[in-house]
Amino acid sequence: MSALALAIIFWIAAWALNVWLANSRWRATRMARIGVPVLFGVTLLVLWEGIVRGLGVSQVILPAPSLVAKTFANSTETLWVDFVQTVLKGALRGFLIGLIAAFVCAIAIDRSAFLTRGLLPIGNFFAALPIVGVAPIMVNWFGFDWQSKAAVVVVMVFFPILVNTVQGLRASGAMQRDLMRTYAANYWQTLFKLRLPAAMPFVFNGLKIATTLALIGAIVAEYFGSPTRGMGFRISTGVGSLSIDLVWAEIFVAAIVGTVFYGIMAWIERRVTFWHPSQRR
Amino acid sequence: MRSALPILAVLGAMLVLWYLAVAPMNMRAALDQVERAGMAVVPEGSPLRREVSVWRLMAENSGHIEVGYGLDRPRLPTPAQVGQELWKTTGAMAVRGRAWSKRSLIYHGWITLQSTLWGFLLGTTVGIIGAIAIVYSRVADMSLMPWAIISQTIPIVALAPMIIVVSSQLGIEGRTLPKAIISAYLCYFPVLVGMVKGLRSPEKSQLDLLQTYDATGIQSFLKLRLPASVPYLFTSLKIGIAAALVGTIVGELPTGAISGLGARILIGDQFGTPLAIWSALFAAAILAGILVTLLDLAQRMALKRMGMQA
Repeated sequence: MSALALAIIFWIAAWALNVWLANSRWRATRMARIGVPVLFGVTLLVLWEGIVRGLGVSQVILPAPSLVAKTFANSTETLWVDFVQTVLKGALRGFLIGLIAAFVCAIAIDRSAFLTRGLLPIGNFFAALPIVGVAPIMVNWFGFDWQSKAAVVVVMVFFPILVNTVQGLRASGAMQRDLMRTYAANYWQTLFKLRLPAAMPFVFNGLKIATTLALIGAIVAEYFGSPTRGMGFRISTGVGSLSIDLVWAEIFVAAIVGTVFYGIMAWIERRVTFWHPSQRR
Repeated sequence: MRSALPILAVLGAMLVLWYLAVAPMNMRAALDQVERAGMAVVPEGSPLRREVSVWRLMAENSGHIEVGYGLDRPRLPTPAQVGQELWKTTGAMAVRGRAWSKRSLIYHGWITLQSTLWGFLLGTTVGIIGAIAIVYSRVADMSLMPWAIISQTIPIVALAPMIIVVSSQLGIEGRTLPKAIISAYLCYFPVLVGMVKGLRSPEKSQLDLLQTYDATGIQSFLKLRLPASVPYLFTSLKIGIAAALVGTIVGELPTGAISGLGARILIGDQFGTPLAIWSALFAAAILAGILVTLLDLAQRMALKRMGMQA
């Protein structure tokens, strides 16, 4: 029980520190902006550890974070193989193919106002659908290896990126377009020098949504058949063989990959759309 | 309704493309079937045919292309086949009074809908309470907001089997609750973000006015912040319910569920009946469409009553 009591004391202390930090004169500093959420996260981990140890929760139900960390350190090789299979081969390739396809489609559609009006509502609707359900169909079409995972990812990321890009291409103002006309700019010049840059905030919105979808697609597709490696494979077999600590290690990897992937997108976005009001500091 | 014609045109184009794609997708299976029936096929035997491209097969056996449009287990069913299967498992069964049979998609849709609605309720509640906490408490804003964003970058599917295992270990009967938790996880974020925006949407001068009226914190919340956030709320509810449905289906897919639309997809995969997969997918799409439309109607009505017609 003492572990649980310690965890609760830590929780209260961390909470008090956070309250103090958030109301102190350092609250706008970089340190506080990062420190407060980090402390919150650490508190959650400590509470989790305390509950598991204090109440003697069985490992099969919920392993303690320390055990997960140990498993993580002991099985880096397995985790790396799974990472390469699921993320680098499945999710990333699918993401790139879907991105290029959606981008080219968006630019093609954008030339016709009629198509744009028809496709925007349909694309929005498709983007809201549970497209992960196509995973078994894709595994059936493209086999067990990464190709089927990439295919699921392509289908999943296509519509959010398409819709956002099409909307973004309409974002430049009439004044700005008129200015390009007075410069005698042709379609492609206007596209590259005005409309694509103006579309970038929208495009990155779609890309950031797509990063998570790509991982979800790649992992779910592996539940329907994969070579004997991959994060989804390891999770589904791990649940079956009750090696729950390994499953949590995979979940940890998935969480890190998802966050880093999103972070990279946000970083590129800041570099590309530095001019946009939302990026001003 | 200005966009009705373009939408129909795009849908029509998609249908045509779909029909065209059926021929190459099903060509090999069609030739196998034709050959078993004893008819002449140009490269004989399916191992030989595997060496030849689909396009050449289609050119040399053009008389058999139409067989691909009526296969029992097609790689890609035609829209008509999917429509028939959908009708067979919904409307036709309802007409015969067997709407709640285990083979009817109405039954499975209802199972999925239940989890979706519970998850939606849970996610919306968490989202709204979280938003209120974030708007009123600086600590919550600083510590919760980054984690809310991080939580959405974590692929929930990785967690889905775990949630089901843990809840069954804890002795929770049935799958409604674990599935609802997964859909709440996907659904709370749009609501949280939308409500934070909505609750912060009143301008400084409006808040100041309430101060001059000597309004208490609760009064200014109920009379200003809450009404001001309603348009934002409905917009995010529409995103939230679609996300909740995705969550339920994700919760049903990898976990060996036996009822629900996601389970139909899973079972269709295990038994090799593509038509069942496709019809379940379309049923899910129709369900999503109905739910979003209902919320859209509610939004229009609510905003009209409140005099904020969008």
